[in-house]
Amino acid sequence: MIKRIILSLIALALIGAGAFWLLTAPGTLSLADLPDHEPDVEHGQYMFYAGGCASCHATPGSEDKLALGGGLKLASPFGDFYVPNISPDPEDGIGGWSTLDLVNAMVKGVSPDGSHYYPAFPYTSYQRMKLEDVIDLKAFMDTLEPVKSDVPPHDLPFPFNIRRSLGGWKLLNLDGKRFEPDPSLSDQINRGAYLVTGPGHCGECHTPRDALGGLERSKWLTGAPSPEGDGKVPGITAADLDWSADDIAYALETGFTPDYDSLGSSMAAVVRNTSHLTSEDRAAISAYLKSVPGQ
Amino acid sequence: MKRLLFAGTTIAVLTAAAASWAAMDPIATRQAVMKNNGAAMGALAGMAKGEAPFDANAANLAVRVLFNGAVGFTDLFPDGTQTGMDTEASPKIWEDMAGFKAKGVALEEAAAGVIATPITDLDGVKAALGAIGKTCGGCHETYRVKKDG
Repeated sequence: MIKRIILSLIALALIGAGAFWLLTAPGTLSLADLPDHEPDVEHGQYMFYAGGCASCHATPGSEDKLALGGGLKLASPFGDFYVPNISPDPEDGIGGWSTLDLVNAMVKGVSPDGSHYYPAFPYTSYQRMKLEDVIDLKAFMDTLEPVKSDVPPHDLPFPFNIRRSLGGWKLLNLDGKRFEPDPSLSDQINRGAYLVTGPGHCGECHTPRDALGGLERSKWLTGAPSPEGDGKVPGITAADLDWSADDIAYALETGFTPDYDSLGSSMAAVVRNTSHLTSEDRAAISAYLKSVPGQ
Repeated sequence: MKRLLFAGTTIAVLTAAAASWAAMDPIATRQAVMKNNGAAMGALAGMAKGEAPFDANAANLAVRVLFNGAVGFTDLFPDGTQTGMDTEASPKIWEDMAGFKAKGVALEEAAAGVIATPITDLDGVKAALGAIGKTCGGCHETYRVKKDG
């Protein structure tokens, strides 16, 4: 009898482990999923700014924001992350990656060796990107200078150091859907929505997170505590921010608020990117933000 | 003559302002100086955006306000003024005082550069706004923490 119970328990544990293994397996796209698209380096550069890649990946303290040596420490309630090198260096960076590798990293959060990335890398936003835009981005990043760097490994306590468990997190937070325009809204608002929710990944800081670190979508863009623990990230919905659309566009261009304070903290780096966008795109971002009612 | 008088008045006003600030609490002084800086940047930006007519005197005065705001500003962060009065000063100031002071010097030098070759047209306003404005964000990025959301 006892033997039977023990055997049943072992069988249950094995089934549980098997289910965990299957459910948390990193899912990826294959070559057949990629659109037939001729890479456009110039547009890739534009997406590089729209995506704000340099904000985290540029070597800290370097004047050259295209030196993507990584190494920046990102503090979080789950531990400290160290931003990887994404320069084309074959050893320290991502030289040798295929376009499909970058697509899977950005929209699936999976590395070329098939393991999960931590969502400090904002793939829950990047998954909304058009694959053509990611392909262009790859073509641009291939043109950058390789950078050598020695980035420390992430410093995370148990259980957050078990990458496989991110498969469960992804079941909750990564739906795999590209951005779909809302036909009831203007082209301008849809363009802004794409830039904000996809490449711009604004929600990653401006939306509060739940206990597991997933975005609370019902509180989309309504502001959040700073992930670094000191200060607040403001809400940017129509209800939260009483700036005009022109004020928002001007702030994204110059870094100046309507009362000529200058944006600081992480937003200073964001403005270094948004200042490279076209005035039409900055206006689209403003129009979209003004269309999000907030609470 | 008119120009000399104008410059003289400016300096007198600024000196008086500096003297009265010195008597105030360092945090209150910091906050007052930053308000002035915002007003000065606003005057320049208003012209650059075409919301206000170009006025060389007003533009150069604004640059002098910014210069004056920078001089001695980073000395207003003595030990003991890390908190209080909703200060948005980041703890990083006290962790890296030398780095912080260098940011103050950057603003001082940018403004001094414009004072050395005063603004004479709208393009000059835009150039000054760019050169000085860069130093605002350059410091706020590391050393200012927004608290009011």
